[in-house]
Amino acid sequence: MDAFALAIDDLHKRFARPAVSGLSMRVAAGEFYALLGPNGAGKTTTLRMVAGLLRPDRGSIRVFGADALVNPIEARRAIAWVPDEPLIYDRLTPLEYLEFVAGLWSVPAAEAASRGANLLETLGLGPQAQERCEGFSRGMRQKVALAGALVHEPRLIILDEPLTGLDAASARLVKQVLVERVRNGAAVIMTTHILEVAERMAERIGVIAQGRLVAEGTLAELRAGAGREGGTLEEIFLDIVQANRPAAA
Amino acid sequence: MSAKRLATHELRLAWRDFLAMATAGRRERERTVLALAAAAFAALHLVAAAALPDRLAIAAMDADGLQLAVTALLAMPVALMVSQAMESTTRLFYSRSDLDLLLSSPMPPTRIFAVRLGGIALATGAVAMLIGGPAIDVLALRDGARWLAAWPALIALGVLATVAAVWLTFAMFRLFGARHTRVAAQIAAAVVGAAFVIGVQIAAIASMGNATRFQFLTSPAIRASLPASGSPFWLPAEAVTGDGASLLFLLAAAATAFAATVGLLGPRFSEIAAAAADASFHSGGRGRVRPFRAHSAASALRAKEWRLLARDPWLISQTLMQILYLAPPAYMLWNGFGGGAASVVVPVLVMAAGQLAGGLAWLAISGEDARDLVESAPVAAGAVLRAKAEAVLGAVGLATAPILLFLAISDGKAALAALAGIGAASLSATAIQLWFRSQAKRGNFRRRQTSSRLATVAEAFSSILWAAAAGLAAHGSPLAFATALLALAMLATVRRFAPATMAA
Repeated sequence: MDAFALAIDDLHKRFARPAVSGLSMRVAAGEFYALLGPNGAGKTTTLRMVAGLLRPDRGSIRVFGADALVNPIEARRAIAWVPDEPLIYDRLTPLEYLEFVAGLWSVPAAEAASRGANLLETLGLGPQAQERCEGFSRGMRQKVALAGALVHEPRLIILDEPLTGLDAASARLVKQVLVERVRNGAAVIMTTHILEVAERMAERIGVIAQGRLVAEGTLAELRAGAGREGGTLEEIFLDIVQANRPAAA
Repeated sequence: MSAKRLATHELRLAWRDFLAMATAGRRERERTVLALAAAAFAALHLVAAAALPDRLAIAAMDADGLQLAVTALLAMPVALMVSQAMESTTRLFYSRSDLDLLLSSPMPPTRIFAVRLGGIALATGAVAMLIGGPAIDVLALRDGARWLAAWPALIALGVLATVAAVWLTFAMFRLFGARHTRVAAQIAAAVVGAAFVIGVQIAAIASMGNATRFQFLTSPAIRASLPASGSPFWLPAEAVTGDGASLLFLLAAAATAFAATVGLLGPRFSEIAAAAADASFHSGGRGRVRPFRAHSAASALRAKEWRLLARDPWLISQTLMQILYLAPPAYMLWNGFGGGAASVVVPVLVMAAGQLAGGLAWLAISGEDARDLVESAPVAAGAVLRAKAEAVLGAVGLATAPILLFLAISDGKAALAALAGIGAASLSATAIQLWFRSQAKRGNFRRRQTSSRLATVAEAFSSILWAAAAGLAAHGSPLAFATALLALAMLATVRRFAPATMAA
């Protein structure tokens, strides 16, 4: 059994220009990892490659020891992917959506039903469990998508800006749910532009700039690296991004 | 914002929307597409010239006969205009897009309603003019300028059809409530469009054997049952044939009906739109929680597809319309028209199955709203596509099974040919959608043709060829094999041009 929930080595992906260039990183099981970076840094591209939604040009991705490029189905069994834009079916109810997701991950029906009901209650969607999603607000849709991601008990949860569109109470609920998953041994990788959230929740933080991991560590390690004792994550992040800005042509 | 400025804005958006649809979003094609459209419109004049009677034949018709013929010709487009306007009106009430922005502005709702209603009337009339225009021009050239009155008459009929559609939709709103009107109105739109044509066809078959609709509508029996000359019933025909007073009356009636509708419904527009928006927030039940079913990934995918298809009001209305079009041949079958009936039923059934499968396959394959979720699931891509294809074929099987069963009772050989044809046409349409799949939102179903013209044409040709092959097979003709081979050859050729194949 691999000690790492996720091990990425020398990952490359190029579209019109390089999006990810030689990125390597490790995330341990039971770890909350925040992946930060300015717009267009390559965060989402990296995570989409991990989730099997994009094929890298080069490099390797291992999920709990399974080679995600050679054996993607095995890797996907352990992963849940929550994109920034919640993609759910308007004409399904949250319960029907969870039933569908559980089916995709072959979760036994009774287990899935119980987990689904609990998740919807926890996320405050109990009263809407049997209403179609077509009239839901963005925040409600985001919570349905999150419930879907968690219904198959993933061991690696990847979230792209999961708190966008959530009110304060919902954001708190989501954070609690994620922390509980981490306590139970799951690894969480989350991108966010809300640096206070990363500062408070993440055990380790990685900063991507221009498709490369330019800084990584605990908040204390990042502070030490940036020479800003007592500095906020925002100050450290801006320093790192500034230092790695592309040279003017 | 003034009504004029809003109308200009709406026109600009509609024009850009039309261009985007016609060019599949490739602006460099705009000139070519517009030139092709103009050429097609010109070519329709040649078709009209070949189909319409010459000057002497028109001159030989008595006034009553001419009015009856024109009324018969107008009946179908008017029914279709009401149907189209009903569909647009439903979208006017239920589609949010920029309506929230407009209704939250200080602009009076009546003005917004008037402009949007005018847009629907214009679009409704434009389609009729596009189809009827060449015939009007040819008749004007052959029989005199009086026929040019048909142009404004069609505009007036478009406005009247829109007004009728709005009131029908509003009546449903009052009758069924906001929650159910969306589905009811879309089904009603399909029925209104198809029912007239189908009803007349069945009546024609019942009373005159296998007569055309036109022959039936202009028959002496129908003529005797219609109001006498001078009745307002003949007003549209009189206006179309150039009677100035009738044309003015028709235009005035259209303007008055439009103004009255705006005056009466306009002030309630925001209330209707709010009720429609509210309906979507309470679209679920609060009954007993159904236990989850044990699913494999494939069965979960199939169940999801069927659930979504069954909850798509537009799709239901379209499927219903296709099934309705099968009613006349089914009626022939019921009345023991024997082999003649089977020769109509088999190709029509196969054609309908192919078209239905194409639409469903697009929804299941390209119109996947949670693509990331499905692609990140631990299921092989091939298994996902297979499950979706099975869902499509299952739905087509369910829709065609009753008629197939009916056919099997009366003509076993024809039923076998139809079954084979339905299978081949559905598989071919699904395969084409697989080869040309592209990512799209389910809501863009109406515009699915724009993603690949080749796929659209191939889908139509495949259905036609399989329908012909099945029809020939029902007759025991060896030509069925040749036609089937032609269909396969066409599919093989199309596959070579499919993006996935070309990229490989």
